[in-house]
Formats: sequence, C-alpha cells, structure tokens
Amino acid sequence: MIGITSFGAYIPIYRLSRDLIARAWERSSLKGERSVANNDEDTLTMAVEAGSDSLKGLDRKKIDGIFFATTNAPYKEKLSAGLAATVLDFRKDVLTADFTDSLRSSTAALRAAVDSVKAGSAGSILVAAADCRLGYPRSDQEQLFGDGAAAVVIGGDKVIASVEHSLSINKEIVDVWRNDDDRFVRVGEGRFILNEGYTAAMTEVISTLLKRAGLKASDFSRLVIPSPDQRSSMSVAKKLGFNEKEQLQDNLHATVGNCGSAHPLLLLAAALETAKPGDLILMASYGDGADAFVLRVTEEIAGNKGRLGFRGHLESKMNLSSYQKFLSFRNILEPVAGEPFRLFPSNSAYWREQKSILRCYVSRCRQCGQTEFPIQRICSKCRSKDDYEEICYSDKKGKVFTFTRDQLAGRSDDPVVVQTVFETEDGTRFYLMMTDCDPEKVEVGFPVEFTFRRIYEGANFHNYFWKCRPVRNGGSYHG
Amino acid sequence: MGSIKDKVAIIGMGCSVFGERWSLGAGDLAIESAYEAYKDAGVGPEDIEACYVGQMYAPVNGIAGSTIADSLKLTNIPIIRNENWCTAGHMALIEAALAVASGAYDVVMAIGVEKLKDTGYAGLGTGRGMNPVYEARRTAPGSFGLIATSYFHKYGLSMEEGKKTIGKIAVKNHRNGSMCPKAHFRNTITLDQVLSAPIIAYPLGLFDCCGNSDGSACAILTRADAAKKFRDDPVYIKGFGISMDAVLPHTRPGFGWTSFEALKRSSAKAYEMAGIKNPREEIDIAEVHDCFSITELAIYEDFGFSPRGRAREDIDSGFFELEGGLPVNTDGGLKCFGHPVGASGLRMTYEVYKQLQYRADKPERQIKNVHRGLSHTFGGPPQLSAVAVFGNEKG
Repeated sequence: MIGITSFGAYIPIYRLSRDLIARAWERSSLKGERSVANNDEDTLTMAVEAGSDSLKGLDRKKIDGIFFATTNAPYKEKLSAGLAATVLDFRKDVLTADFTDSLRSSTAALRAAVDSVKAGSAGSILVAAADCRLGYPRSDQEQLFGDGAAAVVIGGDKVIASVEHSLSINKEIVDVWRNDDDRFVRVGEGRFILNEGYTAAMTEVISTLLKRAGLKASDFSRLVIPSPDQRSSMSVAKKLGFNEKEQLQDNLHATVGNCGSAHPLLLLAAALETAKPGDLILMASYGDGADAFVLRVTEEIAGNKGRLGFRGHLESKMNLSSYQKFLSFRNILEPVAGEPFRLFPSNSAYWREQKSILRCYVSRCRQCGQTEFPIQRICSKCRSKDDYEEICYSDKKGKVFTFTRDQLAGRSDDPVVVQTVFETEDGTRFYLMMTDCDPEKVEVGFPVEFTFRRIYEGANFHNYFWKCRPVRNGGSYHG
Repeated sequence: MGSIKDKVAIIGMGCSVFGERWSLGAGDLAIESAYEAYKDAGVGPEDIEACYVGQMYAPVNGIAGSTIADSLKLTNIPIIRNENWCTAGHMALIEAALAVASGAYDVVMAIGVEKLKDTGYAGLGTGRGMNPVYEARRTAPGSFGLIATSYFHKYGLSMEEGKKTIGKIAVKNHRNGSMCPKAHFRNTITLDQVLSAPIIAYPLGLFDCCGNSDGSACAILTRADAAKKFRDDPVYIKGFGISMDAVLPHTRPGFGWTSFEALKRSSAKAYEMAGIKNPREEIDIAEVHDCFSITELAIYEDFGFSPRGRAREDIDSGFFELEGGLPVNTDGGLKCFGHPVGASGLRMTYEVYKQLQYRADKPERQIKNVHRGLSHTFGGPPQLSAVAVFGNEKG
C-alpha cells in the first residue's frame, strides 16, 4: 500500500481583513480575512514550516527525497528543494526537485512521489507545497489569494491514506497566468475562465476518475477541491452529485484565502484531520487541466498526532493592522529606500557556514559537554580543539533569557526588532531575532521556538537564517 | 606577569572639540588633537619616533594608520594601527607605553581618531560583530539593552525603578558635560526628561545612549626618568589591564548578562599592577565606558566601586557625582562628551591627565586632592575591556 504516511500544514500568523483591502480601494469587500506571509517569509520558509510540521516524530534521515511545489519560488534559477532539504536536515543522497509554475505543481509532485515510491526508487518522499501569489492591487485576486503551505510524506509504511486511483488531464487554455516578467497574476474574462477552464476541467477529471474507479459521489466522505473564488467549488460539487454541505471540504475563502499551488494539499490536511479509518477522499486540483486522486483513510490515521497541522495554524493568528503593511511586506511599496546594513555576507562564507546557518547545528564538546551556537571549533569552556559533536537543534523549544526591543534595527514598515537571547531547555544559548510577535508582550521567561526566515538580501541573494517566535500551540496565540 | 608601573609618563595631551564636525575630516581631527599635544609637551613632529593609532571604522579599505600619519606628516617612522572595537584608543595608548618601556623609543605618540559622521549612519548602523548572518540587524543599543533587561530582572527592579536608577547616571553625566567646553552635548537634563524620552532599544531610552561624535585625542609619552625634562607635572602610568573575552560570550550557557569577565579581569589586572587594593577608596577619579547608562552601572559593580547588586544605593547617594566619594565621568563621559570610538580611550585619559595636573579647563569642575585616576573602555557586543591607571607622582 502506498500513500500518505504523514502530513502537516502552515498558515502564516498574520491575517488581513478583506474589509481593509476594500476600504483602501473604495470597492466592495469579499468578506472574511486572508492569510499574509510576514515580511521575513516566502514560499521556501513556509514550505520548511509545513515540512517540519509533517515530519514531527519521524526520522528525517530516513526521508529519501523532497519535492518542492510552488508558483513563486524564491529563485528563478536555483533549486529550492535542495535548500529546503538542507534546512530540514535531510541526508545528502536525497532526490530533490522543484515543481513550479503551475497551480497543479503540488499534485504533480504528489503523483511523482507516489510513482517513485511505487517504482521502488525511493522509500519515502516529502512533498512540500507553498504559495504566496500576488493579485494586482485592487483586483479580486488580491482579496481571494492567501499565503500558506502544506506537506505530505509519501511512503509505503504506516500509510494513513492510501492513494487508490489518480488521473490527470491536460487542457490548454490561457485563463490564469503570469508572463515571465510579471509579478501579478493575470486572469481572463470571468465567465470564460470559470466555465471553460476550472469548471470544465474539474468536472471532467472527477467524473472520468469516478467512472474508471467504479465509484460514485456518495461513496466519499470528503470532496477536497480548491476554488478560484468564493463559490465555484460548490457548483462543481453539486454538478457532480456531491452534497456540498456534507461532503465538500470548506474552501477556506472566509479564513485563509486560496493558497495557490499549496491549496489542494492544505485542504487535504484539513480533511485528514477530521477523517476516520475507511473514509474515502476525492481530491482534485486545477491548472491548465486537472489532477484527481482517490484516497482511502486507514487505521493509522489515529497515530498522526502531535502536529500543529491545519487547525492549529488556522486558530493561532494575529491581525495585520493595515493594507499598507501588506503592500510593504510583499515589496509592492518600498517605504524607505535601502537599509543601513554594514555587513554583507559572501556566497562562500554563507556556503561554508551552512551547518549552523541553515541546519541550526550546535557544537557539543566531547570533553565537557558544553553546547554552543554557532558551531565553535574550540570549546569556550575547556578549550578542547576540534573535539565536538554536531547536533541539530531546530526543533528545540526554550525560553527568553533576556531581550530588547530595538527601534533602530528594523525595516521601516516593521521598525521594532526584538533581539532575543533564547535559552533551550538544556541551557544552550541562541542570540536571535524574534518574529511573529507583539513586541510589547515579550518578557523574560517567555516560551519560544525556532522558525526559519529570510533575514535580508545582502550580496544580492536571499539570506535565510533562524529566528525565534512565541511557541505556536494552536488556539489563542500569545505572540 | 611583569609590570610597567612608573616606567612611562605622559608629557603632553590634546583633545579636539567633539561633536558633529561636518567640515573636518579624520586627518583634520587628528591635527587638532596632535598639535595641542605637541604644544603641551613642548615637542614637535620631528621628535616623535613611533605613532600608535587607535581607530575602529577605518573608512578606506580598512586602512587607518598610514592615512592618519600622512595627515600629520609623521613620515619615516613606524605607524601602528590598533583596533579592538571601542577599546582602540586604549590599545594605542597601552601599546605606545609598552614600546617606551621596552627601551626601543624615547618619545612616542598615541592618537585616537574617529570620523563617525562620514559613515552615513545616524548611529553606528545595523549589523555588528563578525558575522553578517548571525548578527544581521544587530545594533549597539540592541546589544546593550539586553544587559538592562537582565539586570532589572535579576535584582527584581520594576521597569520604573530600573529606568530611574540608570537615568540618574545620564543626569549626572549631562551635568558634568555641561561644564566641558569641548563636549558634544553641553546641556543639563532632568530625570523626568530621561524617563519620558523615546525608547531606542527597550528598556534604554534616548538619554540612556551616548553621543555618536567625531573627535580625536592624543598623548605623547616618554620614559618616566626623562619626563621631568619636558615638564614638572608629568602623569605616570601606574598599571593597565586588558581583557578581551570571547566576542560571543552569549553562546556560553550560564552567561548572565549582568556582569562581564572582561570588566572584572581587566580591572583586577590594572589594580594589581598599580598596587590598588581597594579601588572604591583609592581611586579619586574614573572615566569609564558609559556607552549606555546601564553599562556604567555594570562597571561600578565589576570594577569593585560598588558591592555586587548594590550600585543603585551608590547612585542614589550621589557617590559618583563630581562632589561624591568617587567622581565618575567628570567630563560628561561618552554620554555627553561623545563617543568617536577609537578616540574615546584617549579622550578619557585626557580628562584624567588634566585632573591629575589640577588643570581642569574650568576650576569649578576640578577634583580636589586627586592622586589616582582610571580610564576605561569597553567594546564589542560587549566583552572587550581595557583599563589604565594613572598617578601624578611616582610610587
């Protein structure tokens, strides 16, 4: 049996009320709120978050591959899956591939992962999808889109949802697109793209798959399909004979928005969180054609615990106070040109120090047990030289030992940097910035955890590093 | 360890006006302090056998020594640039003293120069330390703010109590600075002003932070046994202590952020060489590194001026005021005189030197009955410390 052995999700902490967007443009609000990636997040960092959520309790060294799916990779030319594999502390001999440019990239990756495992070329593969798409300012898409990520581990051992059937169809159409130098998503005329694009392809892929599998709509406990707007998923469900109230998975318009290529897997994570053994789930995605899958939930679903998952991320949130901040967080507006940085990394130094910078490794002295971050070749306590183990600390939690709210170090749209000395439970010290927090609420002893973020853009490449954030437990957020 | 106590004397000093000296370059600032020092010592550039330059932000390709020497036309002699963050000025002074003590030279110059106002940053800019990734978005106030949070937490001070305690240090230093013609800031302030000022790096507010200034200070040194040939009142170097703790002590488990090995060790070494047993009683004037008000408080305790955890009592009683038992930062300190990084150690020494000679620029701020003075800089993020002790007589 091959299928999903674990899953995770990530929704950024910030939500923006659509009323604020609408008010800024004196237009109608599409109601509800959308998720917004923080100014230090991108699809890579969100995929890492969802990936680590899905890997909780698993041995990361046993993962044989990672497929990263997005329409907005941080680099146009450079492997993102490889960067994510490094940050997630995977082995060196892993299969790495980016699936990009299509809203179906996540389901293409999912199918490729299933096929790889089926063919025996990999034992388990992490599929991590994230998106952060920009609609034109004032457009419907600006309100409809959300930012988020989801991940599944595909394997053949302890499968929680087996992939029973799958089908892909190709339908060439220019309906939703970005030209190679576009930042904002373009859309064709509304009636055309909905009827001949989304609705036609989704109806066809689902009805054909049902026919081939010998299944009917009423066999399914869940229909998991993203929606390009508030309600098109409902009309597709109805048309195919599904009960939209009972069977259709909420498309998250009211709470998150459409997270692009990550959305099918995000909805699937939401569905799996309430699934019971024996449930059949029909998942489909759209983008110049469609992919569909039939999944059967197994008894192992009960074991998939301990993750923040979809619900935990959905419930823990902070409100973004203004539309202007959203524009600035996405670099649509640059409030003040340049930043007063003195030091810039070099490609070689960044590469050389990746074990600490990207993998979050500390050194632990074999002589006296002192742990230090970043890795120190000579122990600062007993001065033993080159006699240490390297240990990954990225999943540790800890407390604020001391902190300051620095008013000089931040971005002009986010001026306060909470510099934090973060002490893990075993006393290891990390001197990091805090993110996703209300700076005024931080105090000594405050519980924090690691999160991988984009720090700045020194030397013309994205500089990623670890920060800390108030522990995200689900439920109300104490950030 | 050996000693250079009473082997080297300062025979002349100079100090530029500190502040936003937009119209002057680093070389002009050097000329301002060096020519005052020549005049004070009764020597000229032709007498200088070696020059020790203290500068941190070397603007041209990281080169600082030869550019300053070129402005001064100190040609065909050794030029040695010294840098250890904020202690650069002290490093230049101490290395110059060691060179004289070795017998290699008779007359040397130590000069600290910093032209901060050419950097394009209002403060010291963002991004400190050794690593652009680990230390991205780190600033000086952000680094020292951590001490205040930790100190208030450890000693159970409420934010208001803590802010008032360190605020009094800023009020004192402004009062002292208001009497100094060469200081960057010459205004007095009230505790209410300190408490209501904008926050820079919580809990530090505007008045908890020192001035970022342009400036230069210069010393001319010779062997102690030759000093009286130059002047009747040379100032003798009694001892020094340098402790460069790790640049990243915060990676060490247990580091408390209220007390610093570098402060304790550098002062202990200087006291030992100078023969000081009880610094609180024996030191008559101290110029210490008040880059932030909380730093001065931490120094009181690590230097043995106040018992551990009880600096607040001495601050409240006025012990460190101009008229107190141990006047600290009598010229306004970094807070008011200003902090052109590499010049500060020599500027502090300039104040101690003048006080020990009873030649304070204004009689009302001259300390009475003064025998031993101390100057000190504390740098890095923050754990590099240099201390020097001076006296106005041998023995």
